[in-house]
Amino acid sequence: MEKATTPQALLGIIENHEKARDPKAVRVSVCGGTGCKASGATPLIEAFRSEIATRKLDIEVISTGCHGFCERGPLVVLHPSGVFYQKVKPKDVGEILDKTLAKGEIIPRLQYRDENRQVYEKEKDVPFYKHQERIVFAMNGHIDPTRLDHYLSMGGYRALAKVLSTRTPEEVIDEVIRSGLRGRGGAGFPAGVKWKYTRAAAGTPKYVICNADEGDPGAFMDRSILEGNPHLVLEGMIIGAFAIGSTEGYVYVRNEYPLAIENLQLAISQARELGILGENILGTGFSFDVKINRGGGAFVCGEATALVNSIEGKRGMPRTRPPRLAEKGLYGKPTNINNVETWANVPYIINRGVEWFTSIGTGDVSKNPWGGSKGTKIFSLVGKVNNTGLVEVPMGISLRKIVFDIGGGIKDSKKGRTFKAVQTGGPSGGCIPAQYLDHPVDFDELSKLGSMMGSGGMIVMDDHTCMVEVARYFVDFLKEESCGKCTPCREGLRRMSEILNRMVRGEGRHEDLELLEDLGSLMENASVCGLGESAANPVLSTIKYFKSEYEHHIESGLCDGRQCIDLIRYHISDACTGCTICAKKCPTGAITGENKQLHKLDQAKCVRCGVCYDACNFNAVSILSGAEIREKLGE
Amino acid sequence: MDFTAVDKIIEGYHGDKTAILAILQDIQVVYNYLPREAMMRVVEKMGVSQTQVSSLATFFHAFSLKPRGKNIVTVCMGTACHVRGAPRVLDEIERQMGVKNQETTADGQFTVETVNCVGACALGPLVMVNGNYHGNIATSEVSEVLDQYRKPAGQA
Repeated sequence: MEKATTPQALLGIIENHEKARDPKAVRVSVCGGTGCKASGATPLIEAFRSEIATRKLDIEVISTGCHGFCERGPLVVLHPSGVFYQKVKPKDVGEILDKTLAKGEIIPRLQYRDENRQVYEKEKDVPFYKHQERIVFAMNGHIDPTRLDHYLSMGGYRALAKVLSTRTPEEVIDEVIRSGLRGRGGAGFPAGVKWKYTRAAAGTPKYVICNADEGDPGAFMDRSILEGNPHLVLEGMIIGAFAIGSTEGYVYVRNEYPLAIENLQLAISQARELGILGENILGTGFSFDVKINRGGGAFVCGEATALVNSIEGKRGMPRTRPPRLAEKGLYGKPTNINNVETWANVPYIINRGVEWFTSIGTGDVSKNPWGGSKGTKIFSLVGKVNNTGLVEVPMGISLRKIVFDIGGGIKDSKKGRTFKAVQTGGPSGGCIPAQYLDHPVDFDELSKLGSMMGSGGMIVMDDHTCMVEVARYFVDFLKEESCGKCTPCREGLRRMSEILNRMVRGEGRHEDLELLEDLGSLMENASVCGLGESAANPVLSTIKYFKSEYEHHIESGLCDGRQCIDLIRYHISDACTGCTICAKKCPTGAITGENKQLHKLDQAKCVRCGVCYDACNFNAVSILSGAEIREKLGE
Repeated sequence: MDFTAVDKIIEGYHGDKTAILAILQDIQVVYNYLPREAMMRVVEKMGVSQTQVSSLATFFHAFSLKPRGKNIVTVCMGTACHVRGAPRVLDEIERQMGVKNQETTADGQFTVETVNCVGACALGPLVMVNGNYHGNIATSEVSEVLDQYRKPAGQA
């Protein structure tokens, strides 16, 4: 890659790459994201490359970043036709080349079928993609993240060239404020306002940090952006550093994301070669460079002040605010931290303008950057839903649209499973019940429901999910992750955990609910950092919307979700056909019975693993709880 | 203990005292855990206190102070995996291995661990063995996956 020495020269390089890209060229995009790699994308890419080389065909094979529809991987999209194949194996390669690429014939076996057996030929028509608005993810699926030339050919670094040749730092900050871009990491603080504070603060050097310590379990959009388009994040950071007057940047990324680290490291060295990182960038006198810091698997390090401590080589424990990080951050200097997805939005705002960005989303930000939620948000739609993966949607879309139109509804709905709740906002978010499915999704509306945007995890729960158990899960998670610095969080979570663990064992007491609410409000008011302040959310929101489930656990030992193993018994009913599959699969030999005879389950041997329930094809295994156990088993 | 590998890692960070976390991570990659002697070597070479090194080694989830098995079985306990039955998968792995979470089998072959989330949520429940992902795993498939990593019979 030649080095650019002026913004005009950079623009020239970009234009050459844009022109060189032939939109009509035949390309095979294979998703090389973590999900698809786990399903075997690497040998598939090899198979395409070697087969195309053997046949001496003029077809480019691109190993792209995450397409989002991880469940159906490995995914293949053929360009320019847009034909979409899913769950592709290396043995399918020859046939794809022979039929689809040579003759335009579709291979039905590889096509996507939805839960109603409806077939979709092209990627853009698949419901999972059709209802999305992909901006940050627009290039994922088209470019190889290890190739700077691919990013440039899609107009990458145009925003940087524009900023460095035509804008003052103040103008950039003003644009970002007017765009209404709010932090995608969870709190929703207006990014431009934060930049302004940091620029105005006294002290040098100033630092910019990209928070890629995506610790919320169930959320993986930051991973996919960094893996699939690392230059987009870098471009956002360089623009931010110019606006803020920063010379040093850090990306703090989870060590559990090796591919993201690898791709980002490569992108940084490519950016240095191109001359857009380092001393005197493009001859403008602006210098900036980026280092990568790997996290150590501590959830609390996603909290900005804890993250800063960790970069300094200390334990990742939060600091008391004020002072704000904008005044006294990393090494006591002004510091600006934004999340991966926030940085990734910046180049688009510069390229397409404030008017375009504010046309997407809710509210009015023209006078007040808190006045609405603009742009798109990426959610990781997971749990008991048919189509799982990453979805980018405009702010203000309803939960119903996400779960049912994009997500294709509840998994196993044909077996009678129904929607119960959607959990948003990570471990310290809340559970939203069915009556709010038509509620718009944005920063402020989710808070009103007692949940929050968080980093965008969206976990769908069905009627076989116990809400008390969900609360216990999050509290135990947070108890392990609490750094222990402040008493309300450390002790509050332990007491909550004791109570909830008692409850799921069927030993709940009548006074427990009130005690949980008291503890919750104490933690909310008295904790040092955001982790403790919001740690009671999962408990408080489930008590608010699912109080009866708590009462059933306490009063009659009934687990509505039939999940708490001390409160349930598996039972084989008369519907049993004696097919023997459950007896074969039972790991403890608790099920006995002859072929074609009613089977029996020995409760003393049963460990309640649920294998028989999953295995039975005749709905003969049922899960009893509460009074049913006394009635049917006489216990 | 031979410190060649440790010294090489330390040299790579050019005396940057803020890089202790990264140094410890690299050491763990080599030894599969943090040997006490290696941590003392970091103290000595980097001129930092024992307190600082051990405070980092005990704070972060990713570090192990005990030797781990040849094969690391990591069960993802993230929310998406949890609602799809990860606790049952962990139970089954613990049962088959005869050890609990964070423990190593007597023959030193397997260590069972959990992780909060590996960001492959669409594939849950998910188990990683030595960094290889095994997604959408049912309790009944656990032994099949573990067998891939078990020593073939008759080999030492």
